[in-house]
Amino acid sequence: MGKAVNRFFGFISRYRRHRFAGPLMLLGGLLFAGVGYTVAQAATEEVQVVLSSDKASLISEGKEIFARGCSSCHGLNAEGAGAAPSLIGVGAASVDFQVATGRMPMADMSQQAARKEPVYDERETAALAAYVASLAPGPAAITNEELFWERDGNTAEGGELFRTNCAMCHNLAGQGGALTQGKYAPTVMGVEPRHIYEAMVTGPQAMPVFANSVLTHEEKLSVIKWIKFVETEPSLGGAALGRVGPVTEGAVAFILGLGILIGIAVWLTTKAR
Amino acid sequence: MSARERIAGGTASFIDERTGAAKWMKKTLTKVFPDHWSFMLGEIVMYSFVILLLSGTFLTFWFDPSMREVEYEGSYEPLNGIKMSAAYASALHISFDIRGGLLMRQIHHWAALIFMAAMVVHMMRVFFTGAFRKPRELNWIIGVALLTLGIVEGFLGYSLPDDLLSGTGIRIAEAIIQAIPVVGSYLSYFIFGGAFPGEMFIQRIYAVHILLIPGIMLALITAHLMLVWYQKHTQYPGPGRTEKNVVGYPLMPVYMAKAGGFFFIVFGVTAFLGAVAQINPIWIYGPYNPGQIGAGSQPDWYMGWLDGLVRAAPPIETHAFGITISWNILIPGLIIPGIIFTLMAFYPFIEQWMTGDKREHHVLDRPRNNPNRTAIGAMSLTFTLVSLINGGNDLLATHFDLAINQIMWFSRIGLIALPPLAFVITKRICLSLQRADREKVLHGRETGRLVMLPHGEFIEVHEPLSPEKAYVLTAHEQLPALEIGEADANGVANPQGLKGKLRARISKASQEQISKPTSKEMLELEDGHH
Ligand code: HEC
Ligand code: HEC
Ligand code: HEM
Repeated sequence: MGKAVNRFFGFISRYRRHRFAGPLMLLGGLLFAGVGYTVAQAATEEVQVVLSSDKASLISEGKEIFARGCSSCHGLNAEGAGAAPSLIGVGAASVDFQVATGRMPMADMSQQAARKEPVYDERETAALAAYVASLAPGPAAITNEELFWERDGNTAEGGELFRTNCAMCHNLAGQGGALTQGKYAPTVMGVEPRHIYEAMVTGPQAMPVFANSVLTHEEKLSVIKWIKFVETEPSLGGAALGRVGPVTEGAVAFILGLGILIGIAVWLTTKAR
Repeated sequence: MSARERIAGGTASFIDERTGAAKWMKKTLTKVFPDHWSFMLGEIVMYSFVILLLSGTFLTFWFDPSMREVEYEGSYEPLNGIKMSAAYASALHISFDIRGGLLMRQIHHWAALIFMAAMVVHMMRVFFTGAFRKPRELNWIIGVALLTLGIVEGFLGYSLPDDLLSGTGIRIAEAIIQAIPVVGSYLSYFIFGGAFPGEMFIQRIYAVHILLIPGIMLALITAHLMLVWYQKHTQYPGPGRTEKNVVGYPLMPVYMAKAGGFFFIVFGVTAFLGAVAQINPIWIYGPYNPGQIGAGSQPDWYMGWLDGLVRAAPPIETHAFGITISWNILIPGLIIPGIIFTLMAFYPFIEQWMTGDKREHHVLDRPRNNPNRTAIGAMSLTFTLVSLINGGNDLLATHFDLAINQIMWFSRIGLIALPPLAFVITKRICLSLQRADREKVLHGRETGRLVMLPHGEFIEVHEPLSPEKAYVLTAHEQLPALEIGEADANGVANPQGLKGKLRARISKASQEQISKPTSKEMLELEDGHH
């Protein structure tokens, strides 16, 4: 065995300087690279095939759910019908927002689709989003994990942005407010970060779209951070009374404040006799 | 000499030995006050005012009434680095960095709300019992002035911190000022020292809020109380209570002890609210910035009805001679409140005109015994309540799932239709209560005890009223309607003409009563055959 190895190395060292040695080495190298590339190519293609078949099935699953749950209003191909708008080009973000907050499928054709318990789970929502996104490109859905609002946002700046851009509809404390004809801007308290983000990106119903030219990605994160701050801030100075401002304060002053005082006055004047 | 008299006398002689005011003191300290819970409403107002003065003084130690722009660097992290007025920054400073500052701010604000609420209820007591009648008309007018000043004072105080919520209110006030024809925009320029919001405004309203209006109010309250003092307090009808006496407790010691104790109760309740209930969290609202506005912005409740009137007004404007008149702001913002407050101030005289009764009154009316006045009161309250509701229309819409437009139309129609309805219904209720009183006097109180008569019939046992009760139910006098004949005995046509006829009409309508038992009926009752 030892002899054979010795002979092999001896052969190589003997022919190392042979005139065909160079081209032969090149050929071998090329051959190796070629074969390797082909094999690797095939391997990655195989991965992609797996992925796209998953996506395709997600889309077809979405299409199916859509046909069952949404097409009655939005049309079989999401082209829109009657009061329900076309969904072509609204993107996955819009679907994720509408479906995961329970707004869609709309329960009844009232003024405004209200937030409620979602009908579909995460996977079904993703399927619907994928289906609608496959119709035409639009804003992509986002996950809470992709939003680094705690790291990249700035609470003070977010508050300022919220007061400038959102408070006229959603109230200074984010408690929501009435719009005309029975429409309303809901409270932004207790909304998942990704849905706050998607609401800004897609502008559901009466809400305007806040494109990146209006609010940059970082500014959106700041807005989210401020909302989350107000939501979790302990109520300073006592019970927050629903944070709806002077209306409840007035009611409390009358009922609790003056009410107790009059009660005591009645008690004082009857006890005396 | 009773113990009570001894204490009063003792106090008087202590003071007298030092000041020589024995006679005055003695008269004063033994002065009698009638006792009824509704007479303590004025006290609640007075004590809240004292609490406002004290807590307000505390706030002035740190409040910086300046619109100078500063960059916030303080302990409320989410506003750090934000540009704001020094006024807002100092209000934050009081809230977060001054020991007890937030508590004081909240006590001050709760006291203001209770002050206004108690003032309105006090006024209702005075109104519905007829305590404003001669000789107390002047005190009623002072009261109306105090109410008006209270509203303005509260609004200015609410605006001082220069937060975004109150700034929205100032903006509306500015719109109302500008709506005054011709001079409006000059007036606004003058008040704000330039274009809105200018740089002077907070400074100016500060002077008015802490000096001018409290000073005037203090003077008026003093005059108000002195008048109560000299005219003596009214009393509810009862045996032994006449137009010429006052039945009650002497000021010292009983009334003083009670009143002194009551001050601490009012203070306690206000401080309790200040400690447990958040009010006006300006740090959430952010600093005022003319470019920002919040949905659901509301003024404090005593301004809410005005806000509601403005909200109810349909958008009407006229343009003439290059001048724009915004009726939709002018009418609800200035003209209607002007009419309301004028009518309110003159009501004692209006009533005198309606009834022709210009005599002095020291015994109060039971509201049912003056159905017309009670109905007018109910009508006014209904109007105010509907406008107050409309002032919160956006909150009602979101919290009760209504459309803001529905509430708006309800309010518009309600403002016109509901007050007369309230008038008619209240009057009917008063008259049936009178009828019930009459029944009670004549047939006694229903005891709820059923008795079976020998022949099987069931009757309810009626118990005769005690003489005291019967007195209370029958003490009031029932004025006949004014008689203004078409022509006098000599056939000369009445010089008052149409005006007289109108007055007679009004008087007749307003004097509608269920006649109380006559003395003949009462006598028969006492004789036992009825
Ligand atoms: C009862 C009828 C109805 C049903 C069912 C319904 N929708 Fe809608 N949808 C509407 C109407 C109406 C609107 C537009 C107004 C609104 O958003 O309230 C709308 C809006 C939307 C939007 C927002 C479009 C945009 O412009 O951003 C999306 C996304 C959407 N629907 C998705 C769905 C999906 C996904 C389903 C099925 C799970 C569904 N809808 C079921 C009636 C319906
Ligand atoms: C013109 C008024 C308007 C403005 C301005 C506006 N919104 Fe909205 N917003 C709405 C309305 C109306 C809805 C309800 C949409 C729906 O129900 O589909 C809404 C919904 C939302 C929701 C969803 C709440 C939920 O219950 O799921 C969020 C989050 C939100 N807005 C955040 C914002 C933020 C952040 C801004 C500012 C950058 C903003 N909005 C500005 C009107 C507005
Ligand atoms: C700063 C506000 C006010 C204070 C501090 C105040 C205080 C008082 C007090 C302590 C009394 C005696 C006790 C009582 O009857 O309750 C009183 C009586 C009276 N008040 Fe006021 N009041 C205020 C506002 C008003 C208002 C707004 C009105 C009506 C418009 C009014 C009209 C009267 C009248 C007519 C009396 C005499 C009542 C009687 O003798 O029966 N007051 N006030």
